Amino acid sequence: MRRIHFALVAGVSCGLLLLAMSCGGGGSTSVTPTPPSSTPNTVAITVYGGPSTVVAELNGVYVSVEVCAPGTSTCVTVPDVLLDTGSTGLRLLSDQVSSLGLVNVTSGGLTLTNCVTYLDNSYNWGPVATADVKMAGEVASSVPIQIIAEADYPYAAAPASCGGTADNSVDTLLANGILGVSFAQQDCGSVCESNPDAGPYYACNSTSCSGATVSVGQQVQNPVGLFSTDSNGVVLTLPMVPAGGAVSASGTLTFGIGTQSDNGLGSAVVLTPDDNGFFSTMFNGTTTANAFIDSGSSLLYFLQPATSGLTECTGVNAGLYCSTESLTATNTGSNGQTSSVPFSVESADVLLSSNNDVFSDLAGTGDNAQLGPYFDWGMPFFFGRSVFVDIEGQSATGTATVGPFWAY
Amino acid sequence: MAVDMAVLGAVIVMLGLCGPAYAVLGGNAATVKADQAQMKASLKITSNGRFEVHELQAESGNVVREFVSPDGQVFGVAWTGHFMPQYSVMLGGYTDVITKAAQTRRNHRAPLAINEPGFVFSAFGHMKYYTGRAYIPSMVPAGVLAEEIK
Repeated sequence: MRRIHFALVAGVSCGLLLLAMSCGGGGSTSVTPTPPSSTPNTVAITVYGGPSTVVAELNGVYVSVEVCAPGTSTCVTVPDVLLDTGSTGLRLLSDQVSSLGLVNVTSGGLTLTNCVTYLDNSYNWGPVATADVKMAGEVASSVPIQIIAEADYPYAAAPASCGGTADNSVDTLLANGILGVSFAQQDCGSVCESNPDAGPYYACNSTSCSGATVSVGQQVQNPVGLFSTDSNGVVLTLPMVPAGGAVSASGTLTFGIGTQSDNGLGSAVVLTPDDNGFFSTMFNGTTTANAFIDSGSSLLYFLQPATSGLTECTGVNAGLYCSTESLTATNTGSNGQTSSVPFSVESADVLLSSNNDVFSDLAGTGDNAQLGPYFDWGMPFFFGRSVFVDIEGQSATGTATVGPFWAY
Repeated sequence: MAVDMAVLGAVIVMLGLCGPAYAVLGGNAATVKADQAQMKASLKITSNGRFEVHELQAESGNVVREFVSPDGQVFGVAWTGHFMPQYSVMLGGYTDVITKAAQTRRNHRAPLAINEPGFVFSAFGHMKYYTGRAYIPSMVPAGVLAEEIK
């Protein structure tokens, strides 16, 4: 049985926290080019059905992450961590890091605990602990991460306010963890410094929990923003996947934007989001202001048949498109930059009857009773290009635009 | 599967009889106060003669609108904000219906829509933006359209 991930919406939001620029060099008035970092800054990523032997993920994009007890060489490498540009922070199943003896973050003598609730009321629940995070040559020290409490993990049960069903095993998470590298540096932001009831943070003893305030520095973080070099964002690069799909695809996650010879923006178009994280997309004469790019979304989700002009599948694939067509949409950022995006859609009935799990042209409808039509540029968008995600408040050589932004 | 549906029906009937724990969908208007306390929210009440809208604005910026019929029952809820709302606060025991529906579908973590005779629900969300609505069809006052619950 396949399941389709939508946005891996870590229960998150971030106020506009402006971080000090931490990417290397570049004096404010100097014309001297930023000295390139020479730190190894690339790791492999793989798109495939994922680590669950029970449920195959569609378009799951995975990376390995090395985590260490802070300041020590006691480390483990966790494979098959889902790489999500739509959420923030590293979240790992407890068994993956049980050998490290990580120390939990405390709040008033109690254990600071993080809750991420998904739209279907499933959730990730568990304590915040600090760990060193190492990828390629990059190191982020003492990063607050979430330990997802598995069923055998001795820990306070999630309160009803966190959600209904725990995604706390490889067969429910469809990964050993999630690495959220969105343009938000924290999973909550300044709101959680003053408001104990925003939702993401609790203070727990062994049996009970209550809402807690937490400083931004102790919130679950995008590790990339804490790297000592190449810390202003990431670049995902994947090859095109042919019509009909593939069993797997291999690509590269590159750290930093415009910090080395391998991560320059070049001629990429830069799109900034509005306050709600959206840009606009015009397709088939319909413009929606609710568009976004998200590697945690398995498919493209956009409009409905009446406005897209495409045919919706019936039966088991209802909600997906069954047309096969070559199409073009136009994206416009809040900064007014525009780009034309050619893409393809192939019948879900055909694609999902194959043995493939990786598709560049699998799409579904995107329309909500409350929001209206939207355009979710999920994983299919990432094939055949490089996609840059620049962290809020961080600048990048090659553009005057300060993050948050996407570029491609 | 028939058994599952029967159980689901029983759950809904029980909710109708007992009322949810703290509020609010399907409860009386007084339960809005419980939500207000839970959310530490400001409350603004408006009326159009056909129903009242009790709008709760939390310090986090989340807005929850609870729709109250002339006989004082909360027949619908709609929400928008930068944070995922706590379903259990807004929807009380109906949260269990969402959980059960989620367990039987293919699209995990997709925007969830439920269209049961006793409960209609849809939700969308991505980082920095969550929105959705829920209502109980049998409790919607005559002449009020579902589209007005927003």
